[in-house]
Order: sequence, then C-alpha cells, then structure tokens
Amino acid sequence: MAQATQDQGVMGTSDQDEDSPNMIVYRKIEDIITRIQDETEGVPIRTVKSFLTKIPSVVTGSDIVQWLMKNLSIDDPAEAIHIGSLIAAHGYIFPISDHALTLKDDGTFYRFQAPYFWPSNCWEPENTDYAIYLCKRTMQNKTRLELADYEAENLARLQRAFARKWEFIFMQAEAQVKIDRKKDKTERKILDSQERAFWDVHRPVPGCVNTTEMDIRKCRRMKNPQRVKKSVYGLADDTQSQSPVHTASQHTRKDTKEDVEKEILFLNTQLDRHCMKMSKVAESLMGYTEQYLDYDPFLSVPEPSNPWISDDCTFWELEVSKEPSQQRVRKWGFSLDEALKDPVGRDLFLKFLESEFSSENLRFWLAVQDLKRRPLQEVPARAQEIWQEFLAEGAPSSINLDSHSYERTSQNLKDPGRYSFEDAQDHIYKLMKSDSYTRFLRSNAYQDLLLARKKPETEQGRRTSLEKFTRSVGKSLTGKRLTGLMQSS
Amino acid sequence: MGEMDQMKKEAEGLKSQIEAARKAAADTTLADAASGVAPAPRVQLKTRKTLKGHLAKIYAMHWATDCRLDHAMLMVSASQDGKLIIWDAFSGNKINAVPLKSSWVMTCAYAPSGNLVASGGLDNMCTVYNLKTPVVKTVKELDAHTGYLSCARFLSDTEILTASGDTTCALWDIETGKQKTVFLNHVGDCMCLALSPDMNMFISGACDSLAKLWDIRDGTCKQTFQGHTSDINAISFFPSGNAVVTGSDDCTCKMYDLRSDQEVISYQDAQLNSGVTSLALSVSGRLIFAGYDDFNCNIWDSLKGEKVGVLSGHDNRVSCTGVPQDGMCVCTGSWDSFLKIWN
Repeated sequence: MAQATQDQGVMGTSDQDEDSPNMIVYRKIEDIITRIQDETEGVPIRTVKSFLTKIPSVVTGSDIVQWLMKNLSIDDPAEAIHIGSLIAAHGYIFPISDHALTLKDDGTFYRFQAPYFWPSNCWEPENTDYAIYLCKRTMQNKTRLELADYEAENLARLQRAFARKWEFIFMQAEAQVKIDRKKDKTERKILDSQERAFWDVHRPVPGCVNTTEMDIRKCRRMKNPQRVKKSVYGLADDTQSQSPVHTASQHTRKDTKEDVEKEILFLNTQLDRHCMKMSKVAESLMGYTEQYLDYDPFLSVPEPSNPWISDDCTFWELEVSKEPSQQRVRKWGFSLDEALKDPVGRDLFLKFLESEFSSENLRFWLAVQDLKRRPLQEVPARAQEIWQEFLAEGAPSSINLDSHSYERTSQNLKDPGRYSFEDAQDHIYKLMKSDSYTRFLRSNAYQDLLLARKKPETEQGRRTSLEKFTRSVGKSLTGKRLTGLMQSS
Repeated sequence: MGEMDQMKKEAEGLKSQIEAARKAAADTTLADAASGVAPAPRVQLKTRKTLKGHLAKIYAMHWATDCRLDHAMLMVSASQDGKLIIWDAFSGNKINAVPLKSSWVMTCAYAPSGNLVASGGLDNMCTVYNLKTPVVKTVKELDAHTGYLSCARFLSDTEILTASGDTTCALWDIETGKQKTVFLNHVGDCMCLALSPDMNMFISGACDSLAKLWDIRDGTCKQTFQGHTSDINAISFFPSGNAVVTGSDDCTCKMYDLRSDQEVISYQDAQLNSGVTSLALSVSGRLIFAGYDDFNCNIWDSLKGEKVGVLSGHDNRVSCTGVPQDGMCVCTGSWDSFLKIWN
C-alpha cells in the first residue's frame, strides 16, 4: 500500500484511521466481540441478582473462556486465556469489580465495552478529560464511584497542574453529572462501568501495562498535528499535549515521467529474471535445513553439552582450540563458503593449496576481503600492492583472469576503491569452487581430519590407533630396550 | 498527458505478465512439498537467564558475532532509559554501560570484529562507539538522514548500513562520516534491514508493506516483495541466503524466495495474535522465533508453517529477538525492561 499522493483532507476519514498500527488487530478483535455477543451463538449475558441489587449485563470469565475455546478452535485453555486477556487489555471486555484488565477463568463477572469507547476510534484523551472524569466521580455520592488511591493521587496532581482552569473543569464535571442523572438507573450502572474501563485503558492502574503506548517510530501516525483531538466529553480542544513526535517530511510527490520510466525499466528486469519453480525452491530449502540439522542446537543436542543448559563451557573451549571436531570438519565440505568462514578450515585449505603450489587464487581472494575492511586512506596503496602481487605483468603470484575481468579491473585501478577487484574476486571464487575446492575435499589432509576423529570405541578407530601404535613401536624398536618400551606403554 | 497514460498502461501490462510468470512457477506450495518432512519437535524452551539492568523499555538487542575469541557470549541492548548495555549474557555481567546523548534510541548493533557498537533513534543519527579504549568513546556521529534511525548493521569496522524513517537506507564510511551510497526506492519509513550471509546484498522492510533486496555495491534495488498489508517491522535472511523472512503489523510473518521472486509461505495464527515486532531464525533455518505485541514470542516451523512453541514470560511486548552465531539459544528483549535467554 503506497502512501496516498492526495492531501490529507478531512479529519477522521477512514484512510487516516486505518493507519493506526493496531488497527488490523482491533478489527480482528471486533469480529470476535461481535460474534461473542450474538444472541444465539454468543455467551449468555444476563442480569445477576446480588444482595439487594441487580448486576446488569454480565458474563462470567469461564463462560468467555469456554466460548473462545469452542468458537476459535482452541484446545489449550491457557491459550484461550491469553487471547481473552489480550482482548481485555485493549479494553473490549472488562471485569466489573477490578481495574486490572485481564481475563480469569472463573466466576468473575465481565462486561462488554460500548463501541463508542472502542480503541479503534483512535482515542487520545487529554488530561483535561481525565480531570473532568475524576472530578465528577467525587461529586456523586456512591460507594462504587469512590476513587481508588492511585486515582485520588492523580486527581490531586491534576488539580495542581490545572490550577488556573480548575473552575472550568469543575463546571464541566457538574454538567456531566447533570447529564448522567437524567439516565435510567440500570443504564447508568452499565455506562459508568464502561467509562471506568475506558479510563483503565488510557490511564492504567500503576503496575498495569498501558496498551495504548505506541512504538515511537509509529508516532508519525499522528500525521496531522493540526488535527483536533476528540474530547470524550465533547469539549473543544484548546490544549495540545507535547509528546515526542517525529514530524514527517512530505514523502508524497506526484509520479513524474522519469519515475514511470524507471518503473518500466525495473519491471522489465524483473520479467527477464528466471522464476524458479516452487518445487525446486522447496527442495532447496528443505535440503538446507536437513543438511544443517546436526548444527542446530534447537534440533540436535550439541556435544558435549549446550553451555547455556549445563553451565559447562567445554563446547566453546573446544571451538577456540586448534583441534576442530569432526562435526566442524564435516561442515567445511558443505560449501566453499563454509570452509572459508572457519579460520581453521581456511588455513587448512591454504596449506593444501600451498602444497600444490597453487595458493595464489586463495591468497588473492583473502587480500581483496581484507582490502574491503581497510580504512579509506590505506585503500589506494593496498589496491596497488594487490595489483602488483597478483595481476601486473610478471606478477610473483600471477592469477588467471579472463581478459574481460582483467580489463575492467585495470580500469578500476585508475581510481582505486574498496570494490575495485569485485569482478576479479567473483571470477576467482568461481574458479576455486569448481576446481581447487573439490580437490581439497578429496585430499588426504582433509580426509584424515574428517575420519581420524571417530570415537575410540568404534572398530575403525581402534584399528587406526593400533596401526599408529604399531608403526611408532616399529620405529622406536631400534636402539631401545624392550623393557623400557614396555614400561612406557 | 497521453504519453504518461500510455506509459502507465505499459507498466500495468508488465506487472500482469510478472504475476502470470509467478503463478506459472507456483507448481506447489512449500507446506505441501514439506508434508513429507519429519515434523520439528515440539519445542519447549525455558528461560535460562534474565538480564536485569535497564530501567525502561528495551527497543533493540544484537549479539556479537565473533564469539569464539571470548568464551563469553557478548551482546548489546538499547533502552529508552538512555543507555546501551554490553552484556556478558552467560554470566549476566554488564561489561559496559554507554550513556546516550538522546534517550529515544531505536536500534543498536555490534560490529563483527567486536571493537565497535552503534546506536541510533529519534536524533536521526547513527553514533558509533569504540569499546576497546579504556573508556568507551564516540568514534563518529553519522548525521545525514532526515528521519529517525530505525536500524543499523556493521559490514566491518569501516562500513555500516542504516535504515531510516526518511524512507532511505544508506551505506556509510565510518572514518569520513559520509554516506557512500543512498538506497532510494521505498515510499514509507524503513523499519528494518538485514545483511545477506555473503555481505554483498541486504534486504529492507518498510511501512509501505514492501520488502526490497538491494545490491550493496551498485546501490540498486534488485527485487521487491509484496504481500503484507501493513508495516514490515522485522526482516531476516534465511541462512542459505536464498530466501527472506519478514514480520509485520498485519500479524503475519512471511517467507519470500529470491529465485522464485514471490511469497513462499505465510505464518499466521488462525485465531488471534498481534503485530510482529521482531524475528530471528535458528542456525538451520528450520525454526523462526517471532516476537509479538501480545508479550509472547511464537516459534514457527519454517517449512510446514505450523506453530511449534511459545515463549511466555515477558510482562510487556517483545520488542527484539536474536539468535547468536552458534545458534545455542535465543534472546528476547521487551518493553518490560528485561532480556531473557531461552533454550
């Protein structure tokens, strides 16, 4: 979805609202909320008689959990509670006697939030609204409206902050009380609880997570800083709260002819690209995970142990030692990349090539890798050195490049940079992969390491050790007393 | 305007041809092809360590790569308490606490050499620090982006890649402090980036719901992947370098294959979850650890598309996830100010 090039326009257009990062989640929750309140398919919402009063429009926590399990095909009640708590944390359902918005799988009574207060309406209630709310609660003489400690503290704080306009807030609170009084008793009970739940979401109990907190990167959503924030109590907004907002630079520009030309070029390249068949892709992905199964500590137990579990660092100590494990040696055979990635593997490969007097390719490749990490001021000199060593006429470690790459590289060297040898390096890499690497894998040096690390219990292991012993005994028999030899073994 | 209309028509025509080519290549789905593969074992991970020390939301964490030099498992984390903490995650000790000029930090990174770390955020800058001097010193402040810095990754001690809310990504030369290459193509804030295993390419995810593959050397966008319906917050390469995994506010993760140029599989809960904030893959690529807004981290079987485990334990959203190079564990960082190590 590219950003619209049209101007922002009227506040509250569905486009703007849909931009909230949580909107997709809200819509999903609202689907569930609608279904769960359905008269025939939903939970039983009833009025419960308690002492001398009636508790209207409630449902128990366990009813909700049961419904979720049945209708969302959830087997595990813990998962249903997790989902239910998520719905509660956003304020769509709430416990009628608690400020903490979680779902419990028991007889606790819950109520559904009024759509007016749904978070999908993009509420960002100001402290003035909150002050009016707390103020009006103190005006009504009802035990159920008594302020909790933290609310009393909040009210005191707000009174200090809004000292100058407190008269205004007080009047608004009075006006709200008047409006509320006109409503039917049962309706008021319900509305009061819904209003309280709304504030539980936007001004949560200390210790509870504030689900309205947004990732500061997404605060750009407040795209239109001039947009008037809605007041819960219908006030015209005359205060703007300061929050660290990233003022987005105008990304929107009309598509120019150049843009479309570029796009066509890009699309043509895409079309020309060969699209690999999904079956082949699947084969390749499955093959990779299969090959690396033994190297994935989440899927195979590492030897001797996973240090995080056993608290024993032997695994790491072995990794640092000069003696690679058989498993590690095996990995070098997966690809040239793996052999080069491991410093021990790389050294072994280099030694092998040196023994064949063909190490210039690998040394060139390593030199270019090193060049890419050098500080900028060292680059030109180093690039020249590499040219002299490997590519110049009569170079001591002359490498074999095709004429095209040679030309390109020599051109690049006129203005030497970190990537001057990219073409050459690619070419040499392919050469090594198809030629020297395969020979390396077949070499004695590699094979010895690969096979010599078998566990001593195995037949082959014992035979090899025995062979080695016999050979060494044979060598030292000359000039040594038999008894001395027996003792030393 | 006749020419413009014609050209736009041409572009549309090409797009449908591309779609057709993609459909033709889709002779099966990954999930179907993987139906014969043995299921990944039901993964039940425990918290092995809880790293306490930050005083506010943790926004980012990154493992050091060259862990072989030290026995310790080093990592860096960034929090809105205005600090970068370098941890020895194994012992739980804090090696260093770097105070930040701006507390609105969004990202942190560890250089492969282990010598440098970087941070960035609402200050629009990427600051590079040297850890090897007696006192941690600021090496460079990379200042050229016109939007927040959402992600940074070192290529070496001399080069770093950044992604920004100004919709661009950039390759910097740390020494000179200048941008060497600017990668332009996204139309929404860039939220995340990841380097390819061979370090020649990188991928970026943005608020325009697209993921893009870039060639570091020539600065061009090579491929674009669509399918998400909201911001892409997290992105990572499959370890083979042939595929890409993304996580989005649309509550799904997706895998795209570079060679078939399309979405290969989608990871989503049938019921309900929330936006994906972060993700990391296990060493074989078989498991995807995805952090969500609903305080959990889900573990997905990348081939079969099934959920095989959950990491529950944080008291606020999981903002960052990371698997170290040897794959021995997974770390989650959260707005609850704690980092947890699991396996």
